[in-house]
Amino acid sequence: MAAAAHESGHHTSLGVDNRKLLMWIFLASECLFFGTLISTYLVFKGQSLVGPFPGEILDIPLTSASTFVLLMSSLTMVLAVYGAQHGRLGLMRGMLLATILLGLTFLGFQVYEFRHFGHLGLNLGTNQFGATFYLMTGFHGTHVGVGVLYLISLLIGSMRRSGLGKERALWVDTAGLYWHFVDVVWIVIFTIVYLIPE
Amino acid sequence: MATAVGSLSQPEDRSKIWEWMTTVDHKKIAALYGVTGFTFFLFAGIQALLIRTQLAVPNGTVLDADLYNQLFTTHALTMIFLAIMPLGASFFNYFIPLQIGARDVAFPRLNALGYWTFLVGGVMLTSSFFLGGAPDGGWFAYAPLTSTEYAPGKNLDFYTVSLLILGISSLMGALNFAVTIINMRAPGMLMMRLPVYMWMTLVVAFLLILSLPIITVALIQLYFDRNFSTHFFSPEAGGDPILWQHIFWLFGHPEVYVLILPSMGIVSEVLPVMSRKPLFGYSAIVFAGAAIGVLGFAVWAHHMFTTGLGTVPLIVFSASTMAIGVPTGIKIFNWLGTMWGGNIRFTTATYFAVSFIALFTIGGISGVMHASPAVDGQHQDSYFVVAHLHYVLFGGAIMGIFAGIFYWFPKMTGRFLDERMGKFTFWALFVGQNLTFFPMHFLGLAGMPRRIYTYDEGLGWETWNLVATGGSYIIALGVLVFLINFFKTMRQAPTAGDNPWDGGTLEWATSSPPPEHNFDVVPEVRDRDPLWYNRDHGIAAAPKPEHLHIHLPPPSYIPLVVAMGVALLGIGALSHIGVSVLGVAVIVYGVWAWALEPTE
Repeated sequence: MAAAAHESGHHTSLGVDNRKLLMWIFLASECLFFGTLISTYLVFKGQSLVGPFPGEILDIPLTSASTFVLLMSSLTMVLAVYGAQHGRLGLMRGMLLATILLGLTFLGFQVYEFRHFGHLGLNLGTNQFGATFYLMTGFHGTHVGVGVLYLISLLIGSMRRSGLGKERALWVDTAGLYWHFVDVVWIVIFTIVYLIPE
Repeated sequence: MATAVGSLSQPEDRSKIWEWMTTVDHKKIAALYGVTGFTFFLFAGIQALLIRTQLAVPNGTVLDADLYNQLFTTHALTMIFLAIMPLGASFFNYFIPLQIGARDVAFPRLNALGYWTFLVGGVMLTSSFFLGGAPDGGWFAYAPLTSTEYAPGKNLDFYTVSLLILGISSLMGALNFAVTIINMRAPGMLMMRLPVYMWMTLVVAFLLILSLPIITVALIQLYFDRNFSTHFFSPEAGGDPILWQHIFWLFGHPEVYVLILPSMGIVSEVLPVMSRKPLFGYSAIVFAGAAIGVLGFAVWAHHMFTTGLGTVPLIVFSASTMAIGVPTGIKIFNWLGTMWGGNIRFTTATYFAVSFIALFTIGGISGVMHASPAVDGQHQDSYFVVAHLHYVLFGGAIMGIFAGIFYWFPKMTGRFLDERMGKFTFWALFVGQNLTFFPMHFLGLAGMPRRIYTYDEGLGWETWNLVATGGSYIIALGVLVFLINFFKTMRQAPTAGDNPWDGGTLEWATSSPPPEHNFDVVPEVRDRDPLWYNRDHGIAAAPKPEHLHIHLPPPSYIPLVVAMGVALLGIGALSHIGVSVLGVAVIVYGVWAWALEPTE
C-alpha cells in the first residue's frame, strides 16, 4: 500500500479523489442552505396579507414544461459522464453542450416567469409569498447559472489540444454531481410551490 | 498583467512580503491566521476593557449609550469570528497535516483563499467603526430592532455583509479540513487511531459545514429586509421576528461548540503527554465529541425559552439541553482519569489545561441550570448569562488556546516560551477571569440586566462591578506579559529538540520547526500514539533518504485575486451595485485562472 501511494501520488485514504469528496461534502452543506430557504417558504405559506396569491398566478403547465427541460438535462449530463469515462470525446462534448442549452432554456423560462409575475404585481416586497418565492427560486436559478458556467468551462477545456487531460472523467463526473443536486432541489421546490395546494 | 505577475513570481524577484501573500504552505497560513487572530483578540480585549471601565462605578461617563452598544456588539463578534475561530483555524492548519502524517492539506490554494477572505471580512467588520458606526444590535441582532425603521444607518448592513464573507471563509476552511482528515491519512492511520484533536477538528468542520449555510440564508434575508423591501422579520407586514431567532440559534448553538471543541481537543493532547500516560478512554472521548456535535443541532431553542414557545417545545429542548451535558461530563471524567496516577509535569501548558477543566465545568454547570425553563426565565437577559458564557468561552476556549500555544510553541518555532513568565500569565488570567466573571453570577441574581450602559447607585451592584472591572485589568496584565514573553522568546536561538515533551503523536516525529514538506519519510502508523509504540517496541525511525523527491504545490497569487473579488462584492453590497458586478467579474476571472494554473 505504501509503495502504491509512492507511485501514483494520488493515493487517498478512502480511494475517492479529494475533489470529488469535496463536492460531496459541499453538497451536504448546500442541503442545509436550500433546506433553510424551503423552510422559510413553508413557514410563510398562506401567510400573505395581500395578493397576488400563489393560486392566482402560478402557471403549472408552463413550469411543468421547464421542469421537464431541467430533468432532461440530468439525462444528458449522465451521457456526458458516460462519454468522458469511456473516452468518447465527441459524445461527451455534444452532451455537455446539450446540458448547457437545456440549462439555459430552464433559466429562460425562469426569467419569463419572474417578468410575468412582476407585471401581475408580485414583487419582492409585495407579500410573504413574493419574498419567499423569489428568494428561494432565485437562489436555485443562480445555482443553475453557476452550473452552466461550470459546464461551459469544461466544454471549452475539452476543446483544447490536451482535452481535459487524463483526469477528464473525474472533472465531468464531479460537475455532474453538482448538476444532479441542483435538479433534485428543483423537484422539491416544484412539488412544494406548484403541486401542493394552498 | 499576466506577464507582470509572471515575472513577479520568478524566484529572484520574490520579496518576503510577496512570499507570504502567495504562500500555500499550511504552516505559513497557520502563522497568518495566528497573528491576525491574536491581533483581533487584543482589539476585542481593549473593547472589553472600555466596557468594564464604563461599568466600574454607577453612572459612568466614559462611553455614551450609542458607543456602548457598538462596543458590546463588536466585542462579541470580534472575539467569536475574528479571534477564537481563526486562532482555532491556525492550530487546525498547522497540525492537521502534521498529526495525520500528510505533506499539506488537501487543497492548499483553497486554504490560502480561506485566510484572505477571512482578512477581508475582518477588516470590513472593523472598518465599520470609522464608516458611520459599527453593528449595535448584539451579536444575535434580534429582529425587529434590526429593521431600517429602528436601525436606519449602515451599522447592520456591515453586520450582514461581513458575516456573510466570514462565513464563506469558514466554510472553505471546514470543507478543506474535513477532506484532509478523511482522505489524506498516513498509512496505518485508521480513523480510530486519529489523535483526539483531529477528531474534534473533524466534528468542528462538520458543525460548520452544516450550520453556516443556515446563518447564510438568515443574513441574506435580513439584508433583503433592509435593502429590498421584503418583510421576513417585520411583523407589521406578516413577517415573523421569532423566525430570525430560530434560524439564528440553529446556527448559533452549533457555533458555541465550534468555539469550545478545538480547546477540548487541545486539552486531550496536552494532558496525556504531561501526565506521561495514554489518554483514558479514547473511544469514549471520541464518541462523546461526536455526540456533542449531533446534539448541538437539537438544543437551539433553549436560547428562546422566554419567547412563548409553548409547553411541549419547552420540555423537549429542556431535555435535549440537559442531555448534552452527559457527553461533556464523560469528557471531564476522561481527562481526570488521564491525570489520575500519572507522573504529571506541571508546565505552563499543564496549568492551562487543568484550569480549563475546572473553569469549563463551572460554565457547564451554570449552563445546565439554564436548561430548566423555570430557572432560565429568572436568568434571561441578566448578568448571570454573561457569567456563564464567559466561563465557557474564556475559561474554556481561551484557556485551551493558551494551553495549545505553550504546548506547541516549541514545535512551531523551535523555541520554548519562558516558563516563569508563562506561569505569571497563567495566574493573572486565572485570578483575573474569576474576579471578573464570578461576581457576574451575583450581579445577575441581584437583577442587573445585560447590555445596559450604566446603572444608578443604591441598587447593590456597585461592589461586584468594581471587582469585575479590577479583574479585567488583571487579565490585561497577563496578556501583556504573554506578548513580552513571545517577543523575547522569538529573539532567542532555537533550543527545543524534535520531541521536547516526549509526545506520542506524529507532529513530534519531525524537526522543530518542521521542514516545508513536513516529513522526509511519511511515517507508518501502528497504533494510537505511534511514537510511544515505536519507542516501546524498539522500532527506529526510518532513515532519512539521500534524495528527496517531494512535489509541493507552487505558490500562487490567484487566491489573493479571488479574495479581492469577494472584497469588491462586499463593498458593492454596502455602496453601489456596480462595484459588486465588478467583484463578480474578478471572481469569475480568478476561478478560471485558478482552474488553468498548473499545479504540477
